Amino acid sequence: MLAYVTRRIFYVIPIVISVALVCFMLVHITPGDPLVAVLPADASQELANQLRIAYGFDRPLPVQFGIWLWKAVNGDLGQSIATGRPVLTEVMRAVGNTVTLAIAAASIGFALGLFFGLIAGYFRDTWIDKVATSIAIAGVSLPHYWLGMVLVIIFSVQLNWLPAVGAGPGGSGAWGWDWQHTRYLILPAITTAAIPMGIVTRTIRALTGDILSQDFVQALRAKGLREIHVFRHVIKNAAPTALAVMGLQLGYMLGGSILIETVFSWPGSGLLLNSAIFQRDLPLLQGTILVLALFFVLLNLMVDIAQAAIDPRIKRG
Amino acid sequence: MSISPTSALVDPALGSVPAARMRGYWTTVGRRILRDKVSMACACVLALIFLSALAAPWLGLADPYQGSMIRRLRHIGTSGFPLGTDELGRDMLSRLIYGGRLSLIIGILPVILAFGIGTSLGVVAGYVGGKLNTAIMRTVDVFYAFPSVLLAIAISGALGAGIINSIVSLTIVFVPQITRVAESVTTGVRNMDFVEAARASGAGPFTIMRVHMLGNVLGPIFVYATGLISVSMILAAGLSFLGLGTKPPEPEWGLMLNTLRTAIYVNAWVAALPGLMIFTVSICFNLLSDGMRSAMDIRN
Repeated sequence: MLAYVTRRIFYVIPIVISVALVCFMLVHITPGDPLVAVLPADASQELANQLRIAYGFDRPLPVQFGIWLWKAVNGDLGQSIATGRPVLTEVMRAVGNTVTLAIAAASIGFALGLFFGLIAGYFRDTWIDKVATSIAIAGVSLPHYWLGMVLVIIFSVQLNWLPAVGAGPGGSGAWGWDWQHTRYLILPAITTAAIPMGIVTRTIRALTGDILSQDFVQALRAKGLREIHVFRHVIKNAAPTALAVMGLQLGYMLGGSILIETVFSWPGSGLLLNSAIFQRDLPLLQGTILVLALFFVLLNLMVDIAQAAIDPRIKRG
Repeated sequence: MSISPTSALVDPALGSVPAARMRGYWTTVGRRILRDKVSMACACVLALIFLSALAAPWLGLADPYQGSMIRRLRHIGTSGFPLGTDELGRDMLSRLIYGGRLSLIIGILPVILAFGIGTSLGVVAGYVGGKLNTAIMRTVDVFYAFPSVLLAIAISGALGAGIINSIVSLTIVFVPQITRVAESVTTGVRNMDFVEAARASGAGPFTIMRVHMLGNVLGPIFVYATGLISVSMILAAGLSFLGLGTKPPEPEWGLMLNTLRTAIYVNAWVAALPGLMIFTVSICFNLLSDGMRSAMDIRN
């Protein structure tokens, strides 16, 4: 197990460096001089040159990348052009809210997905299967930002039950574990849960069907095992794949939250990314994407290790 | 896709059927699809949306750009405006139908481009193998380290708003996914006996790839790509929704959803209509892709 974990961690290092390279290059595929965003409109040529040297834009790209990477490793992602605050502080504060949203959405989406998937796979080709599959396919086909709008129309505009935007009373960005704050979480969480619910349902359904058609299930039934215990074997066999899919989905929820956070003005990393894009705040854009991508890589690594821990077959492969 | 006899050889069970009785693989798949009611219904809905978008100028619709301050945000069913009007008083029915043009292009074109690029990369990587395979597939791995929405928005955000940039960014998102599928399918086919036989009878690598591999490889990749169209439609409209794709006053479903967002307190259901279009197209492509997948799985 230790050898497997070590090997996986070593394999992640080149990925992390390449991810950093992609994030670094984002600024340089931007049309125009990256300096334009920092420079006042009436800046003199002299000031431009000074800033170019201060930001290191005058050096060759590989050197710039090296310096940037070294600073990033030491927790310095530069300063936001819009606010002047360190990028890392801004990103970390926002990521907290995104994690809250993702975990709430994951609990809803995974619970429903597992439930629908298991019953659809178990009662394959019955009406139960048809209903569950229809819900799943609707879930994966929904433009989630539109679902968010429709939920706001129903529950905020028409029924006036839940708030339409924000993450707390009085526009406060700080999260608290009370009903006043939870009310703000409900609609964004349901919206975020739709896609993972659909994908988990579809995966689990296919998985359950495959496992049930294997010979060992027949053998279990033949030796007189009660159906509920057969079911336990099914779950045990489905667990590694299910875990992998759910880990990936959690990563997508963390990284792909920009659309939903924009709809609900949820003060997370997605909203931060949105403002970074439209204010042309390139260091912030770069830093947010780097942090989110690293979260995703880390999550994938943890899923791989967890999978190996519960499924002895993986380590040998 | 050509009806080539080699296509059937993917399936060992079919390979043993006497040649005289063997119906072409794609004919069989076609027949199975035609019998599938859900797939056919989806195909009809999609055909309707495509044709009306294509024929929009000849349908006698109101001008999709012509607004009027005195008839803003009319409700669905107002006489003269069957689906109401938008926040600038433009006819919704007309804008939804015209909107199909851009929405479908920016949603589907990235998948088509990625299908071409990804298939080429994947087939070459899978067939040539060795160092080239490692180089291509490790590069692909890097893009897998980003959630697809984040990657699309990162590239789009860095390049700036615009239709071309949004198509480019989505293509970059889908190329790695298609490359990975193409590579794994190709590696599977490469080790089959008929490829060995072709090589033994003196066929060069390009002949083998074109004649013997592509026919067997394209089917599964094609099905995978059709499944991506649904995601691509949602993402493309999503980029426009954020303000990164189409620019006003162009009718496009994602952008319409964005500009109508503020109108939900006045006329909620008109504001929700463009999203319904995205949803319809997306679910139809998903169901069609599912239907194709099960039709191509001859063994069941």
